[in-house]
Amino acid sequence: MKKLSQPIVELVGISKWFGVVQALQNVDFRLFPGEVHALVGENGAGKSTLVKILAGIYKPDAGVMKVGGEVVELRSPTQAQALGIAVVQQEPMLFPDLDVAENVFMGRHPRDRFGRVDWKRMHREVDQLLASLDVTLSSHTPVQGLSVAEQQLVEIAKALSLRARVLVLDEPTAALSSHEVDELFAIVKQLRGRGVAVLFVSHRLEEVFAIADRLTVFRDGTHIITAPVSEMTTEEIIKHMVGRELSNLYPKSEAEVGEVVLEVRQLTRPGVFADVSFQLRRCEILGFAGLVGAGRTEVARVLFGIDRAESGEIWLKGKQVRVRSPQQAMEYGIAYVPEDRHLQGLVMNFSIAANVTLAILPQVSRLGLLDPRREQKIAGEYSSQLSIRSSGVEQLVSALSGGNQQKVVLSKWLATNPSVLILDEPTRGIDVGAKAEVHRIISDLAARGLAIILISSELPEVLAMADRVLVLHEGRVTGTFTRSEATQERVMFAATGQDR
Amino acid sequence: MKRLKSLLMSWEALLVVLLLVSIVLGAILSPYFLSGFNFYALTSNIMEIAIMALPMTLIIIAGEIDLSVASVLGLSSVVLGLLWERGNPMWLAIGVALLVGLVAGLLTGLLVTRLALPSLVVTIGGLALFRGLAYVVLGDQAVSNFPTAFTNFGFSPIPGTELPWSGLIFIILALVFVVVLHFSRLGRQLYAIGNNKEAARFSGINVSRVKLVLFILSGVIAALAGVIFTARFSSARPDNAVGFELDVVTVVLLGGVNIFGGRGSLLGVVLAIFIIAVLQNVLGLLNISGDIQSLAIGLLLILSVLGPNLARRIQVVLARRRLAVGSSKQL
Amino acid sequence: MTTTSSEVEPAKQRGQPGQARLLGLVSRVRELGLLAVLLFIVLIVGIQAPRFLSINNFVQILLSVAILAIVAVGETLVVLTRNVDLSVGSMVGFTAFVTAYFFKELPHSNLLLGILLGCALGLGLGMINGLIVSFGRVPAIVATLGTLYAYRGLVFIFASNTTSQVNASDVPGGYLALATTQILGIPALILIAAVVAVIVGYFLHASQSGRQLYAVGSNPEAANMIGIRAHRLVFAAFAASGLLCGLAGVLWGARFGTVDATNATGLELQVIAAVVVGGVNIFGGSGTVQGAVLGAVVLGTLENALNILNVSQFWLQAIYGAAIIGAVVLDAFITRWLQRAILSRRKKA
Repeated sequence: MKKLSQPIVELVGISKWFGVVQALQNVDFRLFPGEVHALVGENGAGKSTLVKILAGIYKPDAGVMKVGGEVVELRSPTQAQALGIAVVQQEPMLFPDLDVAENVFMGRHPRDRFGRVDWKRMHREVDQLLASLDVTLSSHTPVQGLSVAEQQLVEIAKALSLRARVLVLDEPTAALSSHEVDELFAIVKQLRGRGVAVLFVSHRLEEVFAIADRLTVFRDGTHIITAPVSEMTTEEIIKHMVGRELSNLYPKSEAEVGEVVLEVRQLTRPGVFADVSFQLRRCEILGFAGLVGAGRTEVARVLFGIDRAESGEIWLKGKQVRVRSPQQAMEYGIAYVPEDRHLQGLVMNFSIAANVTLAILPQVSRLGLLDPRREQKIAGEYSSQLSIRSSGVEQLVSALSGGNQQKVVLSKWLATNPSVLILDEPTRGIDVGAKAEVHRIISDLAARGLAIILISSELPEVLAMADRVLVLHEGRVTGTFTRSEATQERVMFAATGQDR
Repeated sequence: MKRLKSLLMSWEALLVVLLLVSIVLGAILSPYFLSGFNFYALTSNIMEIAIMALPMTLIIIAGEIDLSVASVLGLSSVVLGLLWERGNPMWLAIGVALLVGLVAGLLTGLLVTRLALPSLVVTIGGLALFRGLAYVVLGDQAVSNFPTAFTNFGFSPIPGTELPWSGLIFIILALVFVVVLHFSRLGRQLYAIGNNKEAARFSGINVSRVKLVLFILSGVIAALAGVIFTARFSSARPDNAVGFELDVVTVVLLGGVNIFGGRGSLLGVVLAIFIIAVLQNVLGLLNISGDIQSLAIGLLLILSVLGPNLARRIQVVLARRRLAVGSSKQL
Repeated sequence: MTTTSSEVEPAKQRGQPGQARLLGLVSRVRELGLLAVLLFIVLIVGIQAPRFLSINNFVQILLSVAILAIVAVGETLVVLTRNVDLSVGSMVGFTAFVTAYFFKELPHSNLLLGILLGCALGLGLGMINGLIVSFGRVPAIVATLGTLYAYRGLVFIFASNTTSQVNASDVPGGYLALATTQILGIPALILIAAVVAVIVGYFLHASQSGRQLYAVGSNPEAANMIGIRAHRLVFAAFAASGLLCGLAGVLWGARFGTVDATNATGLELQVIAAVVVGGVNIFGGSGTVQGAVLGAVVLGTLENALNILNVSQFWLQAIYGAAIIGAVVLDAFITRWLQRAILSRRKKA
């Protein structure tokens, strides 16, 4: 491992805001050629934002970026590529209808002396590239047929053909089997040997120890520490990742937990999650902790009838049920507040009232006709109950802040009068003040008799709100803690699969 | 988004202005324009398109399209004619014709919802298939000896008025559709589906079932239009209403409905229907038939989308300039 | 996630290139499938009516679809970019009429001049389409629906100001000969269509821009990320479609001789049928010019077969419709089968 004095990429004082949320705060970061550098942190720590800034997709609001010693202002991904920065995103951006070779060379096809696309040379070069990486993929394969792992390999091949000096891998192993991870690491080691700087974003610590030379920990958008991996232990890393004062920002009122409302036994969806079992009681908040890709949302989708499990049982209030559609789930009293309120939770062009009543249309209509007064009344009730700040229930939700939008989604589902409420990342993208409000609401709901599943990647949130914590790792339950047992370290251990 | 809303509102306002302008123009350009008989002719000419535009509006708002409507019209027309010719009572012939429309809509709907096929291609196929079946049924024959009551229904106005019977049907249907789209549960679901299919699904809306119902409705209404068309011309032929589907889609788009779904109102569509009716009528009165009308309709259609697009781009550029000026002021 | 296993998979390692070849072949299965359908029709009909199998008959089939094929090639370019051109019928009708009129009024002018005129006209109309779609950001369906009307209106206006109809007797024999001359025993019309198909197909295969067309239709976001100028490519595709419609219009006038303002009405339906049956994905990103041409040939063969078998002509449109629907349904099933095959291959790996 060569340590050159000149970093290939240098970020100084980088800050980035998204509305009121500050994703990066005065971050310094250096990447050297020929090293594998791991970027570690919880969800929301700012890792992806940093990656997108390196990729030229986002522009920093403050700070300086230097590539190869020269100050640059990246205005587009194309510019980043031209400077030798190649980024493999979590979602590979490939052309599904074209083959591997073309995906690598799109826009820069090798040409023969007549100016025609030289297919033979293109395929040969890509085959050589793939072979040099010890990858047994053929350049003729249509990308459509590739697994996520293979698509990533195509992106890496593309980076290599671009003579990238920096390769950024954003959570590359989230969808890979351990065999595929081994293959990937072999390639990364090769690249390191060639002098490429590899930035490896992950929260899987066993991988960091396997492959990285140095690591950097981010937390809440700030740079915490950078050190050689050999000098760190897992406990230390986790402490840096989570180490914060757990203040009393999240008031959870005490309530007597009631009878079992929902019981899940050995729920399995092959390739996604396996043997998930738990019980949920009235007035209880059950936290689902885990890392991205652990399978928590997938379990929720099965409970809500969007996906189907292959085996396992779902018992509601003592009776076994099969949830075949969201409609059925609602009939059983299950409500699901989805992860992405823009894509799944709200109709942006609708008013608050229209969104709040979208799941209870029969209740606000008589003989099939909507009753606007009843709509407004219900919307108004929830609006005041949840303190939704707006210019009225007829205002379009697209004009609301993130926090208020989330409250609208909550209202929609509360209006269905559920007995089981599944919340998927309910405070994502919301500022601190609104977060506390939402937590208060959730706590009240539990006190009033709801059984709540709280899926969250924010450890403090889970620990403060949940009566019990269920931890998932790669589709399996790796830990169950009561409130008193759960600590950040213990949960993170289970979430990273340490306890297996 | 409020800006968009007001933009849309002003689209209907623009249409009202356009309609008034064309009426005034018509009155000026031709002494016959304001006659009762002309009103009758103007209206009855457009009724089939108008009626089919109602379910088409709902379908496009829901994010789909149905290009087979005119062919279903033709098919139901020949079925009607054939049954009548073979000696069946009129009510039976009409009933079966409507049933044919229902089945056609069901077929299209199943292909789009069960097999998740793109409605553009499926209904282009349907356009050819149903028209073709119309030719198979009747060949190059035509049935024309319909009972007087039937032809009266198609040809004469409602006694005491200048309104064609089909006009009455349209008014009733339009009222029903307005209520459904703008005041009913189903209408809310349609807008939700057209705006955000995922969110609609997550809210418990059965997207497949809603779309299936829409296509079936489209088929039945197209068949109804077929009955009306047959009565009007007193002739059932396989080539009845060839090309009408484009007129129907044009009228809906001109009415301000967004081709991608989720946006639009029936008021706009109704206004657009009458603008085109008046245009056709005036040009006909001036003995300018077909040609300039086609040109005008085509231009109107393009401008209806191009106009707001360009306006928005200009707004953005102006806003950016204002911001730049503003920030330079701060320096 | 997937249950972990540390077994080495020799099968996967060695079989990979072969499987890749198979998958690559499957995407070409579409054209092979069309050829199979073609052969099937030829066999079935040939048994019943041997005169179907004559060379002369095949030439007739190819003649009947030559013009359609040319337009289908242009449409393919547009569809590949995830757009559609519904105005092709009007463009062909327009250029046919104007070219025929040109030859009627100036019968001694250079043949080439007339051809260039028609093509230039088509190019201009196509460029207008391109401007509206790529610069005006008007959805292609709406834009070309509008120009379908507008251009047809222009033909009518032109006709009402000149002549309602141009007859075969009005135009110089040289023009009509375009359609009937034979070169090496093959009618010029067929050769022109073939040359067009080969040139455009070659362009799509061998040029950077051609490949970028595929990229734009396959994943517009990704194309944007690597700096592909999608708007320019879309504009060019519409312009090319117009140009080819211009050529088709010139040939239309030559072939049919008698031209009026209603010519080629409804051609867009046949063109889309040819393109869809030919395996070009309506959502863009995949499909070939060969496929579209084959699609046209299959449809033309069907029509010819109906004639030969004395099946009433009235079945023709219905069969067109069934073919379109059948093609899309089949494609959907093939895609689903492919996805399942891929998933199971991956589960084993």
